[in-house]
Amino acid sequence: MATRQTRTLARIMMMPSVLLLLVWMIVPLGMTLWFSFQNYNLLNPANVSWAGLFNYQYFYSDPAFFESIWNTLLLVGGVLMITIFGGIALALLLDQPMFGQGLVRILVISPFFVMPPVAALIWKNMIMHPGYGVLADIFQFFGARPIDWFAQYPLLSIIIIVAWQWLPFATLILLTSLQSLDGEQKEAAEMDGAGLVARFWYLTLPHMARAITVVVLIQTIFLLGVYAEILVTTNGGPGYASTNLPFLIYRTALLGYDVGGASAGGVIAIVLANIVALFIMRAVGKNLDR
Amino acid sequence: MKLKTLMLGACSMLAIAGTAQAQSTTLTIATVNNGDMIRMQSLTEDFTTKNPDIQLNWVTLEENVLRERVTTDVATKGGQYDVMTIGNYEVPIWAKQGWLLPLDNLGADYDVDDLLPSIRSGLEMDGKLYAAPFYGESAMLMYRTDLFEKAGITMPEDPTWEFIADAARKITDRDANLSGICLRGKAGWGENMAFLTALNNSFGGRWFDENWKPQFDQPEWKESLQFYVNLMKDAGPSGASSNGFNENLTLFQQGQCGMWMDATVAASFVADPKNSTVADKVGYAMFPSKEGVDNHGNWLWSWNLAIPAGSTKADAAQKFISWATSKGYTELVASKESWAAVPPGTRTSLYENAEYKKEPFAEPTFKAIQAANITKPTVKPVPYIGGQWVSIPEFQSLGTTVGQLFSAALAGQTSVDDALAQAQQVSTREMTRGGYIK
Amino acid sequence: MARTASTGQKIAWTVVAWVIALVIFFPILYTIITSFKTEPEAIAGISLIPSGTFQNYIDVETQRDYFRPFMNSVIISLGSTVLALIVAIPAAWSMAFSPTRRTKDILMWMLSTKMMPAVAVLVPIYLLFRDWGLLDSRIGLTLMLTLINLPIVVWMLYTYFREIPGEILEASRMDGASLWNEIVYVLTPMAVPGIASTLLLNIILAWNESFWTIRLTTTNAAPLTAFIASFSSPQGLFWAKLSAASTMAIAPILIMGWFSQRQLVRGLTFGAVK
Repeated sequence: MATRQTRTLARIMMMPSVLLLLVWMIVPLGMTLWFSFQNYNLLNPANVSWAGLFNYQYFYSDPAFFESIWNTLLLVGGVLMITIFGGIALALLLDQPMFGQGLVRILVISPFFVMPPVAALIWKNMIMHPGYGVLADIFQFFGARPIDWFAQYPLLSIIIIVAWQWLPFATLILLTSLQSLDGEQKEAAEMDGAGLVARFWYLTLPHMARAITVVVLIQTIFLLGVYAEILVTTNGGPGYASTNLPFLIYRTALLGYDVGGASAGGVIAIVLANIVALFIMRAVGKNLDR
Repeated sequence: MKLKTLMLGACSMLAIAGTAQAQSTTLTIATVNNGDMIRMQSLTEDFTTKNPDIQLNWVTLEENVLRERVTTDVATKGGQYDVMTIGNYEVPIWAKQGWLLPLDNLGADYDVDDLLPSIRSGLEMDGKLYAAPFYGESAMLMYRTDLFEKAGITMPEDPTWEFIADAARKITDRDANLSGICLRGKAGWGENMAFLTALNNSFGGRWFDENWKPQFDQPEWKESLQFYVNLMKDAGPSGASSNGFNENLTLFQQGQCGMWMDATVAASFVADPKNSTVADKVGYAMFPSKEGVDNHGNWLWSWNLAIPAGSTKADAAQKFISWATSKGYTELVASKESWAAVPPGTRTSLYENAEYKKEPFAEPTFKAIQAANITKPTVKPVPYIGGQWVSIPEFQSLGTTVGQLFSAALAGQTSVDDALAQAQQVSTREMTRGGYIK
Repeated sequence: MARTASTGQKIAWTVVAWVIALVIFFPILYTIITSFKTEPEAIAGISLIPSGTFQNYIDVETQRDYFRPFMNSVIISLGSTVLALIVAIPAAWSMAFSPTRRTKDILMWMLSTKMMPAVAVLVPIYLLFRDWGLLDSRIGLTLMLTLINLPIVVWMLYTYFREIPGEILEASRMDGASLWNEIVYVLTPMAVPGIASTLLLNIILAWNESFWTIRLTTTNAAPLTAFIASFSSPQGLFWAKLSAASTMAIAPILIMGWFSQRQLVRGLTFGAVK
């Protein structure tokens, strides 16, 4: 259907975004690549020299390296699980007729409005703190010993905090998708005598597939970079139990001021992110074409 | 429609933002968000009335973010700040790089010789002062006199760790939610490692030998870390591995700790009846040492004001620094608030002041600071300066990694031996990369 | 149209939904409650009834200027969102309505520009900002956030635009409408809900961005994220005061969300189409 004219026009319309992002990608990426081959510590600027692959070797041989990659994947996977399943459930729930629907919606999506460091502080100080936290009080009320969340389940605690922040995002996107489901189709399915489960499985879920894909993709990008919550709560510990790749890079970049090492870590993180993205595209990408 | 108004609004706001404000000299001052610094901001009227041509612009940040911001800025010569608040950890490293202007114009009545020698020596290089101390602290022991009395124990003035361990276990009462001892456990070079480094100093250990070889495989570290882990297991609070200064302060103020060893500045908070439930039941003693080792940890920290090299407003900046760290400023705080609110630990004259001496924590603080010597932190020889830290650029990152490992030992997730072996490995690796180990 | 539900069912759903919503909202609610407590109350254990002091807000306000960071947050998040929309709408448009074989690849590539961990590029970016004189400027920060969120904006718009049925386009072309008329009279009304919800979501993302907004500013351009950074973990816990500062930082965006939640949620329903 598209004529040559509209196709040219389409290209022109895409230009600004593509160009901007191209520059935005090439400049920092180029600089990062360049620095990753340099011995460059910000606190020792007199000693800048060519390092070859040493920074990569150094970053790779960090004792926390493999654990940090595993933690990164666990964090992304865990939060995705919670937010997708939780998001679908919440979207279905919020789609039901009820009193005060608008108010319920705003309450459910409100965690999204909280800045990440604030969210981490709230959870650390007021919810999960083994001495003064609300959870500790609840546990004590039932006669149980309060859980020392950040010592016993450091990564899980962080997953819970991050999932709390992202659940509203997933719910929001999935809810909008759910509401665009054709009412007639639903009624037709009901007439055919399809059960609740069948309707959900054959009608609702396929309809939401694209929205789910978008949620997975966008969240993955953000989740691969989570580190502020870790910094505020556990500082990557105990041991390396809550050290993920961005935190490892943070430690190299902003505690060690090792620009070379951090750049190498950055390049490794980009490669890892691309592998993850490729994987996800394989798994769910076809939904985008529908 | 809505979109259009939004856009128009945004554009006009950007336009307002663009108009520059023409003013006399404006100093941008980076400060940490502790009580003394915030008090200083509320007292600046005194400075600006004396210097009407100077305006002050404050940047107040939480300690870690502040350090990150000023370090990035000074190292890249970003020129965002005219006066920076930095620790005595940074001063020697930065001065060596030529990143700081020497403070040679602080005024005739500044009286440099009044600065406490142990603090001052950490801020000087080749006889020049590179930063002026605003506030200084060492570490000491705070304990609950009522609990000690009840248990029939008397705190000696100069306790040993063996005594402390016994007393802590005796006082602990899990049913009453009372821990015998509260110590830092949260991972971080300025968190648990500050305490553990001082502890290890007082056990006679050290971070590195004269050839920069890490010493985690030596008996002192094994002994001190094991001591710490065992003691905290028997007599420490729950959740200790995420407790830092703030958490312990609150625990102590709430009456949930029998003893607490931390920065001397804590004394003015635990003795403050407004926030502390135990204000009238606190006693003080020296930071303990191990029996047979003459060392009290050598904890010494100061927050200092410094001017980054290349600043175009150096004269105004020195005027400000001189004001903020002068004797006059202490008197100003005393007259406006109280002697207890004066920033401690920088001047001898403050500790000779009869009014200030009335504060119960004045004398112990003074003693602790005087006892600290960061040029000779431990009985064995070391190639570095620093009490509860090591003045090399690599320490922030290395200290945090080792802190993570030790907090895992505290949380019971690794054994002390494993934590030490891993610490030895990472520090050897880091020191080799830094070119210290050839 | 709507399925009929018995009142009993409706009450049941209401109860379930409210319980879950309150659990999710609880941390925020508790922060707001804590902000009206005194400091000793704040750590004295769970209690939902504060003594109702406003002292924390007074302290926060006297300690730090709230208005300037607030205005900065508004300007930066609005400015960057509007800029991103201007650039992204045509791109998403053309990708949705004249897709080529490479469209999906371009979309993926755009998203991949966000994969660079911010901490790793702080020093290079800081150096660039220094050289271009953009440090601590609202314009620099606005540009930065525009670039950071542009891929997300393109993605969201693209997915929204894809929902607009192609038949409508064809029908209008049959009627001989020019491209201009097609865009202005046929597509724009249908796209507005999608654009509105993208706008709102992106404002939230920009408002909450707390890495670059702290690292690239000092005083003049510092937004509310920097305001918060001056209250977290000083000596002592000061939870009540921190809660007050947090509430002040969250409140504007929460209120905005409150009023716009209809747009936010209905964005995709396209009442006109269905």
